[in-house]
Amino acid sequence: MAAGIVGYGAHLPRHRITVEEIAKVWGADAPSYKKGLMLREKSVPPPDMDTITLSVEAAKRALIRSGGVDAADIGAIYIGSESHPYAVKPSGTTVAEAIGATPDIHCADFEFACKAGSEAMYVALSHVKAGEMKYALAIAADTSQGAPSDALEFSAAAGAGAFIMGTDNLVAEIEHTHSYMTDMPDFWRREHEFYPQHGGRFTGEEAYFAHTKGASNAILKKSGMKPSDFAYAIFHQPNGKFPQRVAFELGFTQEQIDPGWLAPTLGNTYSGASPIGLTATLDVAKPGDMVFMCSYGSGAGSDAFIWKVTNRIDEVRDLTVRTQKLLEENLTYIDYGTYAKFRHKIIKNA
Amino acid sequence: MTMFSSRNWREYPHRYRTEASKFKKSGKTYIPKRLIDPETGDTEQETVRLPETGKVLTYTIIRIAPSQWGDNAPYALAIVEMTDGTRLMAQMTDVAMEDVKVGMEIRLEFRRIQNEGSHGVISYGYKAVPKWF
Repeated sequence: MAAGIVGYGAHLPRHRITVEEIAKVWGADAPSYKKGLMLREKSVPPPDMDTITLSVEAAKRALIRSGGVDAADIGAIYIGSESHPYAVKPSGTTVAEAIGATPDIHCADFEFACKAGSEAMYVALSHVKAGEMKYALAIAADTSQGAPSDALEFSAAAGAGAFIMGTDNLVAEIEHTHSYMTDMPDFWRREHEFYPQHGGRFTGEEAYFAHTKGASNAILKKSGMKPSDFAYAIFHQPNGKFPQRVAFELGFTQEQIDPGWLAPTLGNTYSGASPIGLTATLDVAKPGDMVFMCSYGSGAGSDAFIWKVTNRIDEVRDLTVRTQKLLEENLTYIDYGTYAKFRHKIIKNA
Repeated sequence: MTMFSSRNWREYPHRYRTEASKFKKSGKTYIPKRLIDPETGDTEQETVRLPETGKVLTYTIIRIAPSQWGDNAPYALAIVEMTDGTRLMAQMTDVAMEDVKVGMEIRLEFRRIQNEGSHGVISYGYKAVPKWF
């Protein structure tokens, strides 16, 4: 049975901080960070925004683009994030309550470093493919943490992408999936720690590149397709550089990655990264376009997807705001002090 | 702050989904919900969800805030009229105080309203942001 995306949506904070603004606090060399990470600025969530609020707004936009899906017909909500607001209490039930999808629903919060969002998509797709339910909502959202002065602080950003999966009225049909994982200690956060730890340069070759290529090559082999068969490709984007390099090494071009290559001005939205890139790509895709997507999450693994865009895309893309517009317009640039306050980096005895 | 989680829970239909009372006789909508239409005494009503956009009718700027919003000050508290004519009060967010104007168009967004410290429940609901798309 054909299965895929019935409606999609994204949400991003309006606040941004530049690499220069962070670098000047820590005595870091901004030009070398900008060049090394291929990243100019990142999104910052204000204190009243978190993974749940970003998810609700993205989910509402997915409903708007779904062609009238009744939230009560959604059989599951899966939210992938490494910044669920509670340590114990699901994010999914709040989102379900807010969009009117309770109580006949299955909710679960997923965690897998930056891959939690694509795994939510994978499971939601499986449910509708199996005929278990009419619709399943997968959300990829994060308000990422990076330790002050760490390289991650220049990139850790916030955003959400939401996808209603179903079997009819599709905007993009799933053609193939492939997942590839191994036990990889490249990035982690232990319980009660504020910020994640990472293996520095070890997060590259053996981690991001090996798994992204592992999943990508396997799905290309499985599908019998080659990079030139695709209109667009989206990769996980911990910075601007990694997705571009892996795309080129696999044989994709800059033109193919451009619409979904958001990290240079968005930063790394962790679980949200490749899913938000997919929303921006669907915003510009044409009926019949083939779209390649590959996530990466430390620990480690990649989920690869091959999507085929349907005729319905032309009817739905402008029913609500496009992702590129959220990325480029209505921005507020903040200084490091405001950023530190927003991200609770200032110690208060209260 | 005791029993805050149960009070918070009771307000979900209003705060999460902007559920309101629409009275049959007058056609007027009220949020939070009421049992009786104050104009007609009518009790026949249906539950409706408000539209997402509206405009600021009037506002005040809070500079000395209650403790749970102290870190947010200054912020605007506005009476807004949604596109269906329903009026409600909402905190404004994502806006500089000098940009808050009577008549400005707004959109309701789902946001954190308050935290019961770092250990208690987080309460969510609507806030008004400038409508820009």
